[in-house]
Amino acid sequence: MYVSQFGVLAAVLFAIGVYGILVRRNGILVLMSVELILNSVNINLVAFGALRDTIAGEVFALFVITVAAAEVGVGLAIVLLIYRNRRSVDLSEVDLMKG
Amino acid sequence: MIFSAMVAQNVAFWVIAVAMLYAGLRVVTTRNVVHAALYLVVVLAGAAALFLLLGSEFVGITQVLIYIGAIIVLFLFGIMLTRAPMGKEKSLDHPRKLPALLAAVIVGGVTIYSVLDYFGDEQLPRESRTTTREVADSIFSEYIIAFEAVSVLLLAALIGAIVVARKE
Repeated sequence: MYVSQFGVLAAVLFAIGVYGILVRRNGILVLMSVELILNSVNINLVAFGALRDTIAGEVFALFVITVAAAEVGVGLAIVLLIYRNRRSVDLSEVDLMKG
Repeated sequence: MIFSAMVAQNVAFWVIAVAMLYAGLRVVTTRNVVHAALYLVVVLAGAAALFLLLGSEFVGITQVLIYIGAIIVLFLFGIMLTRAPMGKEKSLDHPRKLPALLAAVIVGGVTIYSVLDYFGDEQLPRESRTTTREVADSIFSEYIIAFEAVSVLLLAALIGAIVVARKE
């Protein structure tokens, strides 16, 4: 297997995640797109770790998984708070700080 | 024998890759929020399979336990608690999709170009298994400070989520 197979797959998943973050208006779906991006990063870390025969790639993939779990916890709490205040999770309505 | 193993690895990779790409596209295009969460399960399981294919058993198992076991359940709870419409929904997407598509294509194109430019013909080593013991040794010696920092981060996120989501 070529390492570029994994790199290209991760790049395409990353681009899909970027598209999802930009185009979705539901807060929960935006968080799901963030998960797509973090997963593509993990694929890269493990693949390049295998290429260079180092364990650092795997260790940092584990750290990314942990940070992703923390991020989803806080993110969903914020989305829940937005829902409680506005009765909707439409992010285009959250424009209080718009100049 | 070695040749057939390589062919099997490649076939497995492409099957997993096609499933992941289709499910990923459905996550960002489907009109049903619950379906998006279920397609996300396919992407995460595909990533776990890729980790196993690369010989990283511990990361693959952790991916299944934490992502599919915990994070997806969190998402489904979030969908239920925000009473997102369970059926089809028209206003999930922003009306102007073309700029977003353009940005995604530029990001993906540049990344793919640089990956192919630098690593175009580098083969992965055929035998790259790492055991859980090696990962554990590495975490608890070389990366112990990062490990402790991540522990504190998890605690902070836990307390923060409770404080933010608590009813007054």
